[in-house]
Parts: sequence; structure tokens; C-alpha cells
Amino acid sequence: MSMHVLQALVENKFGVLARVSSLFSARGYNIKSLAVGETHDPSVSCMTIVVNAEDEGILEQINKQLNKLIDVITVKDITKTDYIDRELLLVRVRYDERNKARVDALHDQYTFHLFDKKDDYAVLEFTGDSMLVESLLSDLATIGVIELVRTGKIAISK
Amino acid sequence: MKGSEIIVKALLEEKVEAVFGYPGGSVIPLFDKLYDYPQLNFYLVRHEQAAAHAADGYARATGKVGVCIATSGPGATNLTTGIATAYMDSIPMVAITGQVKSSLIGNDAFQEADVTGITRSISKHNYLVKNVKDLAPTIKEAFYLARSGRPGPVVIDVPVDIQLQEADFDYSGEIALRSYKPTVDGHPGQIKRALKLIRESRRPVIMIGGGVIISGAHEELRKFAEAINAPVTATLMGLGGFPEDHPLYLGMPGMHGTAYANLAITDSDLLITIGNRFDDRVTGKIDEFAPKARIIHVDIDPTSISKNIKVDVPIVGDARNILSEILATLTDGDKPDTTEWLAVVDGWKKKHPLTYDQKPDGYIKPQYVIRTLDELTSGEAVVVTEVGQNQMWSAQFYTFTKPRRFLSSGGLGTMGYGFPAAVGAAAVVRDRPVVCMAGDGSIQMNIQELATVATYNIPVKIVILNNHCLGMVRQWQELFYHRRYSGTPLKNPDFVKVADGYGVAASRVKDPGAVKDALRAMLDHNGPYVLEVEIEPEENVFPMVPAGEAINRMIGGMS
Repeated sequence: MSMHVLQALVENKFGVLARVSSLFSARGYNIKSLAVGETHDPSVSCMTIVVNAEDEGILEQINKQLNKLIDVITVKDITKTDYIDRELLLVRVRYDERNKARVDALHDQYTFHLFDKKDDYAVLEFTGDSMLVESLLSDLATIGVIELVRTGKIAISK
Repeated sequence: MKGSEIIVKALLEEKVEAVFGYPGGSVIPLFDKLYDYPQLNFYLVRHEQAAAHAADGYARATGKVGVCIATSGPGATNLTTGIATAYMDSIPMVAITGQVKSSLIGNDAFQEADVTGITRSISKHNYLVKNVKDLAPTIKEAFYLARSGRPGPVVIDVPVDIQLQEADFDYSGEIALRSYKPTVDGHPGQIKRALKLIRESRRPVIMIGGGVIISGAHEELRKFAEAINAPVTATLMGLGGFPEDHPLYLGMPGMHGTAYANLAITDSDLLITIGNRFDDRVTGKIDEFAPKARIIHVDIDPTSISKNIKVDVPIVGDARNILSEILATLTDGDKPDTTEWLAVVDGWKKKHPLTYDQKPDGYIKPQYVIRTLDELTSGEAVVVTEVGQNQMWSAQFYTFTKPRRFLSSGGLGTMGYGFPAAVGAAAVVRDRPVVCMAGDGSIQMNIQELATVATYNIPVKIVILNNHCLGMVRQWQELFYHRRYSGTPLKNPDFVKVADGYGVAASRVKDPGAVKDALRAMLDHNGPYVLEVEIEPEENVFPMVPAGEAINRMIGGMS
């Protein structure tokens, strides 16, 4: 299994997301995350898809099958290229007497926003690349996460 | 004009000469306009599935885009088997479905189904038309997509209110699809690499699939095969892409292929495969498929390449273009010496021919029926099969020498395909007989179409090879499931009486000596005809490669 980051430019039309996601489910490909939004050209959307591919052959098929969809304009596998990636996390953590100091320590380390502090809970907002996100998540695991919401990865090439 | 008339006008612009369909609440406006345009030749079927198969049969027989129409909800869902059948075999088709009123979509309205959702994975593309102004350009684009690149079915879902709204009819717009540009010409570098492999080979085999027929590459293929003197095997979808009476012809490969085709592939040092996607019924056990061969793979669909089999030289493009390019560049120095190889292959042909044993007083052998039909029609009939043993025997024992003469559901393997597809073919093909080769199981999946052929006097000839069971499954049960015939024996109606009830001429034959006359009477009959043939109930299709086994390990027919 290896993780790949695919970037697909697609027609910004009704049903395109469904076409892409049903392609993955129909052919048994694993999506780790998928983030989609309009680009500067409102007729085009950009999808950043992180996939788990068992081997090169599967990855090649995913790439080709995506390209085969009529509404897909281009597909690029940017995994091995130089790119900047970001993901946004919103995490509700316990922020009581016992945890406060540990969360604040992480705050200094990761510089996230901490807000909505009430009833011994707080929500932190963090934006970073995969490495930082994974590192923060593993640190937060020791504190205890109440709720976690993430956008999935988006990326832009350098 | 109204949306409904825009649809009809667009079909005329596309030179559609037959439309198959069934009305219902959400297409009444469209049917109202069809009434005004008899030149579209509307055929009312008796079940929407038959409309899709008929459009498919029409497309396979003519190479043009088939058109079918159904209403929303159940009408559209009944089309889906036919759409999926066409998709698997790359058949150009446009399916127009009515949809509930735009304002009701998503409300679980009467006869509502999410047609674009349901058909997404079984069509090349689909549309839900939300604005009447988009209707004409959408239809134009749909026809273009259906017939270009790797062809396939395209679904257009049109809400009933859109059919009633007014817009100008303008069919002159250019199709501009930045996201769809099929590669049709082969990459010159790849062609050069292919020529090098051809030059170096001693035991080449050419394997063709449906792509050769779709692209009309049969002439170029014959020239190519003769130029490099290589034997040719054609998959089920490729039958007729190469003349079967040609000395270089090997028959079909794979599960029910000839022993000599399978042995030749297994022993070949170069497999040149054109317009084929390495279906599991062709390859058998992947690891042992063509183990000694380097592989050149020509296909218009990049996803077909290196999907099941790793190939050495892929060439993406249209089979006909690529073969022309190869022929133009091929020099005498590129032509391998295959004399020894052809002698080996001929030895296999003589040693392991396709055989059957028709005793004069025994049961009728189905193979004999097909051979006799072949003889009586000089191999010129359009043979449309159902799925199962009837399909394999037809593929094995009829001599297809030209493309578009063998119509069969290869990829999806749809029982119930053959008869309505034959209706679609016979609606336009009138210069040669159209024969549906059916089994007693599959004919009953769309037997109601006898009403259609009776209504329009469509001269389809239906041969029912009756073995009183679902023969192909029965064969597997006999060979691999200890003869436990679960769900396969059939208690059938009297097919002659059924045909008579529909007003279709029919007869039955039980005696081998009477087969020829019975077939001749059927062919001579002016109009549709059902011939029921009581065949050997336990006849099997041989040779056979058990599922998942290597193709050179066949059972039966390897005397």
C-alpha cells in the first residue's frame, strides 16, 4: 500500500463529484481523502484526492479511469513532485484543570488557534502539512480528543 | 418549438432510421411528436429492456448509433440491463428517458427514479437536462460521445416539463469538449517498437477483439496478417473481423476456444492483440497466459492497457488507423519467417479439430443445426445469439467471414439479449437473413417480443435449441458440482403454440434427417418464424477451460 496524491481538474458541473466517488467505489479503490472546490476559473473545480494504491498497476488504472470520465479535464499524480500541501483540522479537546497545561504546551509547539473555551472544553483550529497534522494528532491522542473534523488534503505544486 | 419536437428534430439530424421504445407518463409529449415523424420508424416493443437490446442490435448490425426511448421510473430501470450490455461491449447507443417534472425531482414522485445515478457506472456518460435550451446541444454531444473514441451508451434524462417548454431549434453548434479527446492515431515511436518485435519474432499470433469490427479495420487486418504471415485468433467480440475460411484463421481463444488457438497463444513468442481487453474468459489463468510471448496491445481505451495483462508495447489509438500506419511502414525486412511455426499450428489444427458426432437416428446435435444453417446461408446470415451454450456453439460452428454478422452479448453475458437484438438488426438489415440462435431458457426472457415481430412483420428467424434445461449451468453442474442439477431443469411451454398465439409461424423438428428441410422452410418463409429444435439434452460445449485454469489445459475436444 502506498499513498498517492492526485490532483484532478474537472468540469464544475452537477454530478461530477458523484461520478468520481462512484468510480472509486465501483472499482474498489480506496480514497483516504478527497477535497474539492471551485478554482479561479468558475467553470473548473479542483479535486485533491489522496488514495491508497496496492501497487503501481492499480495507481495507473485509477489515473486512467479518472481521465476516462468525460467531465475530468486533467489528472496529475503530484506525489513525487515538489508541492505544498495543507489540511485544516478542527478539534474539540478537554480543556479542564488537568489538561489545560498540556494543551497550552502543544499550543506553543504547534501555534494553533484555541477558541470556544467553555465548560472545560475548547476547540482548536490547526492548518499544516501532512507531517505536522499527523504529529499533532498523535500528540493530541495522549490528551484525548472529543471530536475531530478535517478537510482532507489540498495541495499546490511549487 | 417544444422540447419534444427538438428531440425528434435532433434525431432526424443524426439520420436515425429506427427508434425502439415504449411510452409512459413522462414521455407522452415526446411520443406525441414521434406521431408526426413516421420517417423515424418507431418500433413499439413489449418491454423496455427489449428496446435497449433492439437499439444495440441495430447498432451492431449497422455501425450506427442505436436509439431507444422509455418513460421515467420503471421504464428507465427496465432499460438498464440493455444499457449495461451495450456498455460492456462498446456499442454506440443513445437512450432517452423521460423524467418526472423538474419541480418534483427528488420528492419520490410517482414513477421517479434517479436515472443518472443508476446509469452512472453502466454508461459512457449521462445527462439530466434541466433547461430546454440545453436540449439540442446535449443530444448532439450525446451522439458524438456514443459513436466516437471507444463507443458506448449515453443516457439523456429529460423531465416531462422540459419536453413541453419552448426553445429555438439550433443544431449547428460545434461540439467543444476540452475534457474528451480520444487518441486515434498511434504513436510513431510505439509503432516502430512494435515493428522491431514483429521482426524478431518466430512464432507470432494475432489476437483480435471487437475493436477491429467497431473501427472497420477488417481489411487492414487481413492485409497485415497476410503480410507477416501470422495466424489470427478472434475473440467472441471479434468474430467476423477476420475471414474464418482463411488458412491463417485459428478460431476463438479462451474458455470455449479451439484447442489450436489456445495452444498457439501459449506457445507464441509474440502476441499482437488488437481491440481486445483481455477478458478473463479469454485469458484463463493470467499468470500462465502467453507465458513465452512479448505482447503488443493496440486499443483505443488507455484503461484497457495493462489492466489485466502487462504488455511490452502498448499503442493507444484506433485499430484501423494504427494498422494502416503499420502497413505503410512495414518493409519486407520486418516480415518474420513463420513457415515452421505455421506448420506446427497446422499440425494442431489437424490433431484437435472442433468436432461433433451426429448419428442419423439419435438426438439432433446442436452443432449440426448450426453447421447446416451455415451451409444453407453460405455463411452470410446475421446470427444473433442468446447467452449460454447456444452462443458458444454458434461462435464455434458458424463460419463468419465478414464483420457485423455475429451479434452477441459478450461482456455482460445477458440472457434475453438475442431475440430483441435480432429484432433491431432485422428492422434495417433486409438483404440477408437475420437468425436468432436461442436456447429454451434465454428465449423466455424476452419472448413477448414475438408480438413486436408479428406487428411489424419483422422477418427474424428464431431457432430455439431446446434441451429442456439451462444448458451452460447444467454443464458446469455436471462437470464441477457432482451432477446436482439445482435450478436448471426447465418445464417449458409448447413454443410452437406460443408462437402461434402471437401470430408467428412456427414448427418443431426432432429428427436429424429433417433438420435441413426445416431450416430451409424457416429461411424461405416470408416473415418471422420460430423453429423449435429438440436437441440432445446433455450435449456439452467443448473444448472447455475450467474457470481460472490455464488456457492450454482444456477438457473435452482434445482427443
